[in-house]
Amino acid sequence: MRVFVKLFAQYREGRFKAEHKEFPEGMTAQMLIDLLELESVSPLGVLMVNGRHVAVSYVLQEGDEIALFPKVGGG
Amino acid sequence: MADLIYRVNMTDLSFKIEEVPSEWMGLGGRALTSTIVAQEVDPECHPLGPNNKLVFAPGLLSGTSASNSGRNSCGAKSPLTGGIKESNVGGTSAGIMSKLGVKALIIEGMPKDEQTFYQLHVTKNKVEFNEVPELVGLDNYAVLDAMAEKYDKKVAVMSIGRVGEMRMNLANISVKDPSGKLRSHGRGGLGAVMGSKKIKCITVDAESYKEVTIADPEKFKEASKVFTKALQENPISGQGLPAFGTNVLVNILNEAGGLPTRNFRAGNWEFAENICGETMAENIKARGGKTTHGCHAGCVIQCSQVYNDKDGNYLTSGFEYETIWALGSNFGINDLDLIAKIDGLMDDLGVDSIETSVTLGLAVDAGILAYGDGQKAYELLSKDLPNGTPIGRIIGGGTHILGKLYGLVRVPTVKGQGIPAYEPRAVKGQGITYATTPMGADHTAGYAVATNILNSGGYVDPLKKEGQVELARNLQIATAAVDSTGMCIFVAFPALDDPKCLPALVDMINARFGCNLSIDDVVNLGKTILKREHEFNIKAGFGKADDRLPEFMKYEILPPHNVVWDFTGEEIDEFWNF
Repeated sequence: MRVFVKLFAQYREGRFKAEHKEFPEGMTAQMLIDLLELESVSPLGVLMVNGRHVAVSYVLQEGDEIALFPKVGGG
Repeated sequence: MADLIYRVNMTDLSFKIEEVPSEWMGLGGRALTSTIVAQEVDPECHPLGPNNKLVFAPGLLSGTSASNSGRNSCGAKSPLTGGIKESNVGGTSAGIMSKLGVKALIIEGMPKDEQTFYQLHVTKNKVEFNEVPELVGLDNYAVLDAMAEKYDKKVAVMSIGRVGEMRMNLANISVKDPSGKLRSHGRGGLGAVMGSKKIKCITVDAESYKEVTIADPEKFKEASKVFTKALQENPISGQGLPAFGTNVLVNILNEAGGLPTRNFRAGNWEFAENICGETMAENIKARGGKTTHGCHAGCVIQCSQVYNDKDGNYLTSGFEYETIWALGSNFGINDLDLIAKIDGLMDDLGVDSIETSVTLGLAVDAGILAYGDGQKAYELLSKDLPNGTPIGRIIGGGTHILGKLYGLVRVPTVKGQGIPAYEPRAVKGQGITYATTPMGADHTAGYAVATNILNSGGYVDPLKKEGQVELARNLQIATAAVDSTGMCIFVAFPALDDPKCLPALVDMINARFGCNLSIDDVVNLGKTILKREHEFNIKAGFGKADDRLPEFMKYEILPPHNVVWDFTGEEIDEFWNF
């Protein structure tokens, strides 16, 4: 299964901005977060798949665009 | 030492120092400016006439050692919206006014002589009126230089540029920050009100002040420690904001489909990466600017920055998401350096960077300039606008006026004020704030983006209607209270998620004044202020039809989520049932 993973803010440091990735079926967003060790940098703030907020239990689907942000804000 | 009210009359150039009336005692910042405007200004008056008043009031905790307490409120009847306005700012003025014992500075009347501009110098128990013909026709940085030469370097300065002298709706009041750059009472054309009163600048003496008195210093210290820790330990105020500034929002809003693009025609933009906070932080590191910078003394969040060009020369500071969005996706400049150059220009000119840039976005529809033509925009703003040419005046009137003059329908304003940075159709809670706040479309009035997009204070689905009215109401009430304390609005992030934060804030107020307020009392203050502002607007002629978003958002489908603004009038009006 091929998905497009986009990282933002501190999550980019030492990783990547955006990459196509191959994962086995049944992979959840939480498994992706763990694999990339994102929460060792900063707690997860926003997880969006195809522009919609989803829970970390979300099961990734072929062609998904996954956006991962640490806790950030502004205004 | 009791705080006092400094009242200035520009009609006869006199001043009075008054004791604080008992009903104003527990008020500061926005609570005080809005109360004074509501009590003393005829809601039907012309905003640029002798019966409007310009009021400055530091927050309840300004001048103390409390972290992030250096915000100063300015209020008046707005020439842009025709309603009540409060706009607060960092910089050095709040701390210096508080330490001098100025609870509020009220400026009323206007001189009959239209030629002469004045500098007001506020010192201990005195206001001096100085004619300043040498400053007329200058913009903000030249005024700052002249005042730094005249007084000590620390003197607080609030000033207007040429656009303010000409009383245009875009004019803000600019305030010196700790590093000698500028912060703005940005929205609502308050600089035009100052210009109408023939005040070029106000200086506040920073030499003769004393520290503010604290009723219970031990209790204050204790609460202040807890509060500061809450700000520092929160991942947003402690890490995210200092690292990337507010501009980190470009990518989040772009991903969420809520980044208004091409004058509100789409919710995402193909060039977001060019202008985003991550790119900005990379540029700053490579070019020797500063990623962290505080807009006022005592700020522990440090969301501001200093942004240099490729050769390491200063371009701008206080480079905020809303300005970058407006010149970026909405107007079309995909070069962050050019956006920075225009931002720096707007600081010097003293114009609201949101209203000005939203106006440029609409000027594309009007055929005045092409989408993304930053060079032409720079020319318009640097030449036409401050020289008051006809096209400069048209732009200087703001988004709403431009729309009227060019017969446009897709005009993104509420109550005459340009909509900032968050697409209401795709961030519906924010749309409710834009529709209902007495300030006109103002993102800071009730930042529902926090809960719609950022998962702060829970989560309410941004594309659904459920829960949005209640969310916007609660946030607007809380914000009215926070705006009265002198606190930066970003204390809201820890306050929403850390149960220790808000009690510590209330404890500091109690320790400062020797009172015994509960959190409920502070929330009730927020409710009272919000209703007071709403009542002023009703008396000024506003009705339910003014609590609405532009009609095109109801029938024009916004990609990528293909959504419209689908609240009925009755649903929006529920907002005021509290």
